[in-house]
Amino acid sequence: MARVFSKKRIIFWALVALSFVLLPMVFDGGFSLSMLSQMGIAIIFVLSYNMLLGQTGLLSFGHAVYFGLGAFVTAHIVNFIDQGAFWFPITFVPIVGGITGLLFALVLGFVTTRRAGTPFAMISLGIAEMVAASALMFTTFFGGEGGIVTNRTAGGVVAGISYGPQIQVFYLIAGWCLISMMGMYAITRTPLGRLANAVRDNPERVKFIGYNPVRVRWLMMTLSGFFAGVAGALATVNYEIITAEALGLMASGNVVLMAFIGGINHFWGPIIGAVLVTLLQSALSTYTQAWLLYFGLFFLIIILYSPGGIANILAVHAPVIKARLFKSLASSYLIIFLASAPLIVGTIAVIEILYRGGAILGMSALVSWSSSLVLIVVGLVVFRFAQRRVKSVWASLDLELRKRGFV
Amino acid sequence: MNQNVSLRLSEVRKSFGSTSIINGVSLDIFEGERHAIIGPNGAGKSTLFNLISGRYGLSAGRIELKGQDITNLDPQNINRSGLSRSFQITNIFPKMSVYENIRCATLWSLGYRYSLFRRISTIRSVRERADEIIELIGLGDRGEKLAGELTYAEQRALEIGITIASGSDVILLDEPTAGMSRAETNAAVELISKVTTQKTLLMVEHDMGVVFDLADRISVLVYGEIIATGSPSEIRSNQLVKDAYLGTQEGVH
Ligand SMILES: Nc1ncnc2c1ncn2[C@@H]1O[C@H](COP(=O)(O)OP(=O)(O)OP(=O)(O)O)[C@@H](O)[C@H]1O
Ligand SMILES: [Mg+2]
Repeated sequence: MARVFSKKRIIFWALVALSFVLLPMVFDGGFSLSMLSQMGIAIIFVLSYNMLLGQTGLLSFGHAVYFGLGAFVTAHIVNFIDQGAFWFPITFVPIVGGITGLLFALVLGFVTTRRAGTPFAMISLGIAEMVAASALMFTTFFGGEGGIVTNRTAGGVVAGISYGPQIQVFYLIAGWCLISMMGMYAITRTPLGRLANAVRDNPERVKFIGYNPVRVRWLMMTLSGFFAGVAGALATVNYEIITAEALGLMASGNVVLMAFIGGINHFWGPIIGAVLVTLLQSALSTYTQAWLLYFGLFFLIIILYSPGGIANILAVHAPVIKARLFKSLASSYLIIFLASAPLIVGTIAVIEILYRGGAILGMSALVSWSSSLVLIVVGLVVFRFAQRRVKSVWASLDLELRKRGFV
Repeated sequence: MNQNVSLRLSEVRKSFGSTSIINGVSLDIFEGERHAIIGPNGAGKSTLFNLISGRYGLSAGRIELKGQDITNLDPQNINRSGLSRSFQITNIFPKMSVYENIRCATLWSLGYRYSLFRRISTIRSVRERADEIIELIGLGDRGEKLAGELTYAEQRALEIGITIASGSDVILLDEPTAGMSRAETNAAVELISKVTTQKTLLMVEHDMGVVFDLADRISVLVYGEIIATGSPSEIRSNQLVKDAYLGTQEGVH
């Protein structure tokens, strides 16, 4: 272990493990437990995606393929176990999913990773399309519209664990999430991980230090496929049903959004994205059916104002806080926060009026229209003002930080 | 000079479409020598480097490295055979730290290939080589900085650092001092002579001061042909060279 992780890291991981143990005790109740389970799966999936995007510079639009195929193969294996064809502990079926993802990534990646950049993105999209189409054609394997239904208690009771109660499934997911996080983090620290960064930055130059960039991409893709498959297998166990949607373009798009919202340039960024997006999706969808629209807006704002995602917002503030200079920003941020309130309320009002198809004409409509528009305009004006202030404060802060050697 | 030949070019030709850029270059570079290639803009110097290092395929001819045929091999295979090059236009890994740039460049030659089962920071040979190189190129206090944030002269030094980090014994430098001030150029010359002791150096250089300082021999490339090869004093007094090239720069030198 010491070779792979330093002492400091081991302590760090122990703390992460502890927080995983404690989380369901703090957020108990069925809803939060299923949400936490969903987050764990999303974290593994998005981290595996960022091995490609953030670390190797490969923008894939078809990563759900490996998640989905891992999930389907796992579903069939679990059903075989259920029928008594053979026995295999459910605790370790994520390995089945992982190996499935790895093998498909090995084969498909051989084709896709010959190119990088836009050609890679397009090829990945093409393959995703192809696999999604196959899923609808080969109904024996993919189960058609209804998908494949499984029984997560198929393995029987082992050491008192049946995987009937959700809490046991959560701990299964948490355990694999921890292992996957550690694994993927460790990979960034290896020669291969570092070469992936080099390939991301400048594939041409990599050849002149003795490496084949195509080989590096292919290896990273294969490893990434493994972890995507692990996530897929856990999804099978968690939901006990898997449909073709799991490997479709929507699912592939979703992981891109999570990664970008969280921030692809930091290892931890995508985790923030996974947690936040899962939270938004389940929380918003219980309140309004227009949640996809809000989610889209949220994504747009992040990309516009912080292309490096939320992780980047945190990262740029770290030196400010270390230098004890955050005070100078606080007032401007407060104004932005206050300005956001009318802006958000106004926008929500407009969306909901339109969405619910309420009175669009007439006296009461006029009142609600004009009041929400006033809110938006007022919010925008204050926002603009605060934005300009933040910019000038940042400019002087930057100078100060440089002078003091914090950046 | 009856030394071993490190790099042998025989009748090397290259055309892009119908334009022929390198027209039959034959050249022997001896082990341990410092050889400069000079010539006017567009003569094909960088193209020649691209052919030797495997970036472009040859249209005709043959290239041998230490007796081994490397004609049309992939760049990575040529590099593994012990030839390393730098680029005229800085070609580094901008979003990686300076230290990481160097470290990645040491890996293959130290036997770590696509290794997945070692933590890079615990590999002693890699750390020692990287530390040594980064000190050598004078960026010891810049290790943590992103390579893309270095000054131009620092990036040029890093470019050389990446090139020599693999420990190749044949080094190709394409205009290492291009765009540098006088002082920076002097520092670069010192760096180059330091890092290429015991090595074979082939360099393209526009600065005649640098060339006459560093080079044991000089070849003059004009319109894709070598019109003269010889010691600095031979080249200075060569009438062909004066007519074709140096004549225009005599006043400068
Ligand atoms: N990939 C390419 N495709 C087409 N033409 C090329 C290519 N690379 C180089 N050339 C042409 O070959 C000629 C020689 O270019 P090269 O870069 O080798 O010159 P050079 O001697 O290095 O010049 P400089 O001193 O300006 O660096 C130029 O006319 C250039 O336009
Ligand atoms: Mg050139």
